[in-house]
Amino acid sequence: MKGWHWDGFFEYLTNAYLLEGALITLGLTIFSMIFGLMLGFVIAVMRMSKYKFLSGPAYFYTWIFRGTPLLVQLIIIYTGLPQMGIKLSVLESTLIGLTLNEAAYLSEIVRAGIAAVPRGQVNAARAIGMTEFQVMRYVVAPQAFRIIIPPLGNSVNGVLKTTSIASIISMEELLRRTQVLIQEKFLVLELFVVAALYYLVMTTVWELVQRRIERRFGRAFEAQASEPASLGEQR
Amino acid sequence: MNTTAPMIEIAAVNKWYGAGFQVLKNCSLSVRRGEVVVVCGPSGSGKSTLIKCVNGLEPVNDGTIKVDGAAVTDPSTKLPSLRAKVGMVFQHFELFPHMNVLENLCIGQEKVLKRGASEARAKAQALLERVGMTAHSHKYPGQLSGGQQQRIAIARALAMDPIAMLFDEPTSALDPEMITEVLDVMVSLAQEGMTMMVVTHEMGFARKVADRVVFMDRGEIVEDTQKQRFFEDPQSDRAKLFLSKILSH
Ligand SMILES: Nc1ncnc2c1ncn2[C@@H]1O[C@H](COP(=O)(O)OP(=O)(O)OP(=O)(O)O)[C@@H](O)[C@H]1O
Ligand SMILES: [Mg+2]
Repeated sequence: MKGWHWDGFFEYLTNAYLLEGALITLGLTIFSMIFGLMLGFVIAVMRMSKYKFLSGPAYFYTWIFRGTPLLVQLIIIYTGLPQMGIKLSVLESTLIGLTLNEAAYLSEIVRAGIAAVPRGQVNAARAIGMTEFQVMRYVVAPQAFRIIIPPLGNSVNGVLKTTSIASIISMEELLRRTQVLIQEKFLVLELFVVAALYYLVMTTVWELVQRRIERRFGRAFEAQASEPASLGEQR
Repeated sequence: MNTTAPMIEIAAVNKWYGAGFQVLKNCSLSVRRGEVVVVCGPSGSGKSTLIKCVNGLEPVNDGTIKVDGAAVTDPSTKLPSLRAKVGMVFQHFELFPHMNVLENLCIGQEKVLKRGASEARAKAQALLERVGMTAHSHKYPGQLSGGQQQRIAIARALAMDPIAMLFDEPTSALDPEMITEVLDVMVSLAQEGMTMMVVTHEMGFARKVADRVVFMDRGEIVEDTQKQRFFEDPQSDRAKLFLSKILSH
């Protein structure tokens, strides 16, 4: 199979099996971003607590998950945990691994966002009688969210590509399906170029979406940088 | 409601920032119902700290503070419900930038006081009218001038039907031409009998509506006198020096 085969290239470019693989990649990305953000938020809030029993575990969590490769985490979850009697399917392992890993990174972003909300906003919210939960829910979180939209957008771009690592535990996403098809006709280059194009289309479309979101939330709102907010009330 | 007890009672309060720096030294002060007390003093003397202790935004190390009989300094006191009754206005307005004017006025009413949306809205509209901001109800704080933002901030506090109002230098971040519009609102509040504790260097305001003037320096309450006496015959040298500085320009 020497040389470049246009017919093979175009055939794979519109291949339903690959297209489905791309949709699975998209699904993995959406899932791990949503759940990673939720878990990341909890970890960020714990991390900012003045209580050691909350901030300690949160620190430990991010230390572990940012300090080891996702690849290793996935292998441990999928092939290591059964040894302890915990058997997870490929899909479960992938979703859990991606979410746990992403949460560690997102928690750092969330933490920076919360810290960037001016301290005076917290005081103002408390002063009208809001509980600590309400201060977070109605005043700090919405402002922190606007601040972190750009780095969050970059994370989505990153996760879109990172999902390919799950192919190592035979998760049938875009890359894995590409490798499966290679066994058919051995059009290695054509197939990988098609896979690369799929990734490129997804990241490009996301970039356009991200710009729209940033414009929408940027309107009539500018965060003033000031003293960072600390969580939990001192008495 | 006990009508003879002071509305705000600060008794022998000490506070340290960290281990070494004592920001409040044995401060005692009481504000009766309907009274307007102006707090002034040099920068860094602890005025903001003192006023933030009143609604528990800052904890004290020692001493007691009571608002309407409830001890702010008692750890078992539910601070949120106490704060809901005490309005506070900040130097830098601190409107919620992600909410429009109407939402700023309704959020506390709805989430803290659990008022219905239409009731909250009606109250907000009435207050907007009062502070002369009816035309701006759908604007965001970032689209308003400083004076307009501060009037909204006062309205936001009033929306909670407070029993007392705390002001921390409400006009010192404003351009001179906007100071009057904010002071006018405060003067009318004072004349309606609102209990007010006001940190300000606007001595015109103090002369007009204050009952008492409190002078602070280096964490201490140096003078606490009827306003007449404070302006005409300040007792301490520190107050004399301070007055000569701020009245000279
Ligand atoms: N969170 C804090 N930690 C440590 N020191 C603080 C803190 N807040 C204020 N201080 C210090 O406490 C002192 C009193 O501050 P405060 O803000 O109460 O003064 P102020 O009288 O309101 O001054 P200004 O007129 O400048 O507003 C200042 O020396 C200030 O630097
Ligand atoms: Mg101050």
